Amino acid sequence: MSTTTLASAKPETAPQEPLALRLAALDLPVGGFTRAARADALTRLQAMGLPKGRDEYWRYTNPAAFNQPQPNALPVDESVLDSPLFTSIDRLRLVFVDGRFDAAASDELKGEGLEIASLATADAQADHWAAGVYGKLETAGQTPVARPFAALNTLAATDGVLIRVTGKVSRPVHLVYRRSDPLADVHLHHVLKLEAGSELTLLETGMVGARSNAVIEADLAKGAQLHHIAAKRAGYQKVGISQIFARVDAEALFKSFNLQVNGTLMRNESVLEIVGDDAVAHIAAAVLGDGRVGPFHQDDTVFITHAAERCESRQVYKKVLKSGARGVFQGKILVKPGAQKTDGYQISQALLLDDDSEFLAKPELEIYADDVKCSHGSTTGALDETALFYLRSRGVPKERATVLLVLSFLAAALEEVDDLRLRDEISERLDEWLTSRASELDPSGNGASAKA
Amino acid sequence: MLEIKNLHAELEDGGKQILKGVNLTVPAGQVHAIMGPNGSGKSTLSYVLSGRDGYEVTEGEATLDGQALLDMEPEERAAAGLFLAFQYPVEIPGVGNLTFLRTAVNAQRKARGEEELTAAEFLKVVREKAKSLNIDAEMLKRPVNVGFSGGEKKRNEILQMAMLEPRMCILDETDSGLDVDAMRLVAEGVNALRSPDRAFLVITHYQRLLDHIKPDVVHIMFDGRIIKTGGPELALEVEQNGYGELLAEVQ
Ligand SMILES: Nc1ncnc2c1ncn2[C@@H]1O[C@H](COP(=O)(O)OP(=O)(O)OP(=O)(O)O)[C@@H](O)[C@H]1O
Ligand SMILES: [Mg+2]
Repeated sequence: MSTTTLASAKPETAPQEPLALRLAALDLPVGGFTRAARADALTRLQAMGLPKGRDEYWRYTNPAAFNQPQPNALPVDESVLDSPLFTSIDRLRLVFVDGRFDAAASDELKGEGLEIASLATADAQADHWAAGVYGKLETAGQTPVARPFAALNTLAATDGVLIRVTGKVSRPVHLVYRRSDPLADVHLHHVLKLEAGSELTLLETGMVGARSNAVIEADLAKGAQLHHIAAKRAGYQKVGISQIFARVDAEALFKSFNLQVNGTLMRNESVLEIVGDDAVAHIAAAVLGDGRVGPFHQDDTVFITHAAERCESRQVYKKVLKSGARGVFQGKILVKPGAQKTDGYQISQALLLDDDSEFLAKPELEIYADDVKCSHGSTTGALDETALFYLRSRGVPKERATVLLVLSFLAAALEEVDDLRLRDEISERLDEWLTSRASELDPSGNGASAKA
Repeated sequence: MLEIKNLHAELEDGGKQILKGVNLTVPAGQVHAIMGPNGSGKSTLSYVLSGRDGYEVTEGEATLDGQALLDMEPEERAAAGLFLAFQYPVEIPGVGNLTFLRTAVNAQRKARGEEELTAAEFLKVVREKAKSLNIDAEMLKRPVNVGFSGGEKKRNEILQMAMLEPRMCILDETDSGLDVDAMRLVAEGVNALRSPDRAFLVITHYQRLLDHIKPDVVHIMFDGRIIKTGGPELALEVEQNGYGELLAEVQ
């Protein structure tokens, strides 16, 4: 299904322009039910162009690695991944290899209360329920901030999963990402449609591609509940951007937690729009970055719009950075006129394990209603020496004490995972991961030289 | 058991001298009290003994059962049997009290080459000891000291001490902030641990605590030195007359 008709259909784009070069390097699907959305995405993308470093939302993160036509080769090295997560719980596993759905390696695409298909298969048809969502939430999320890579994704997505939830689904759907091609430049696009009162837990683990661009569009109808947990732990050289667009209707609950460990350049954009009264949207992340092996740059950019009454939103971002790692947080809460009794909370915190690392935070509030409660805070700090001494004075060795304090710092983000089995598993895995690297975490830097 | 000779210490930052020649011996089986005006260096002495960063020992030495304390890491001192109940116990969000206690107990056992306690063994002991200190199951599950009242934090310190069974216990103003009943519980906790091969160094401002925990010896600290040592009656004297007369007498 590979033609480049759409891209080449725009003669006015000079071939040497970055966007034209970027598109020329891709195998753009024409699409079945997504055809109109893809065409529209191309038009929008051409109007926006690729981001430049001086763009408001790209001031802290250099888009060059996303703009360049080809990804840098990323050797497929399973040893950089830690042991897989969530293997002990009953779940529906869907495997993607280099961003392509692998039916043979996956569970059967069915479950009670679930209608589920791969995008590539469904897109062979001209009609599909997902046409009502695909590209729609992404488009809505382009105002007031342009998100060119999300439009690029809608245009270029080759696969993904389309899930319609009609009941309370207790068995989580687990998207397992694997790699085989060191040059895979992946555009994954998932659509989630949660009908009124339905419930779904979506898990994501593994590594999507050498370079990845992922979009999730999640449409939550009245009273629906989505629990999204991503732990896309990566090798040191990973480059990826992922975007989540959610529309949250009345009394619905949207929860998303992201665990991100290592990587060269990662950007996560979360665009949540709360459109019905009494809804709740929480988004959280725990990030661990170590610049020892290569550059580490991780950026969370959040935009939450309150357009209804008595809704609650909560952002909890925690980043542990060392050896020149750089963390970015840009978080905005927009309260529209009439969104009375909004309760908006935002916290972004960095724990810097040395003086070389850096955290840049830009919290923003824009409020057009008078009866609201919104707060935001951002802190950057080192490991608490008093707490470290307290633990050591009880006989806890310095390395273990350091791990405990890092976990302690991350705890508020992990607490955003409601399911205790999942939370405990993430916490245990983090503990293992930190423990295996404990000597490198030593703030005095003594351990690093011994290991390096 | 604990022997401190001519201990001098200053702040690493700025070099301000705080301990100016402390001499103190606490034999096994005894309870010694240290009293002294605010800022005289009592907490600093306890920190220097337990190995907190930020102080530089410029002269003197301290030994525990003959082992030189000052060269050891804080966790090694703990494993050697030293314990400090903090004047201001530290809050550690996200780390459960039980997890913390078990980590500490087992880390010390491991360091001493002893078998680690299983979860079940540990729970049994901790429940018993918590009960006698009026610490309920809910408090055990909460993150370390987070949201604890002042008195609860102090009782939690004593629970840690009871679990770790140290040989040399330093209590820094464990009585401050305690109500009458909590004071009795804490004192009972301490008294239950008294034994011929364990010693206590109790830092306090008030005679009250010493009514419950009878000291063998009372020291008065002033400006980084022990300026007077006596029996329990010394604490009564301070309670009645303050430090004025004592200081005049020494100077
Ligand atoms: N880290 C520090 N930075 C600056 N000054 C310090 C520091 N630690 C101790 N000091 C100073 O050293 C002196 C002794 O302090 P310390 O806390 O040991 O007194 P204390 O006898 O325990 O007093 P209190 O009865 O009020 O608890 C005080 O003047 C204090 O201000
Ligand atoms: Mg003090």
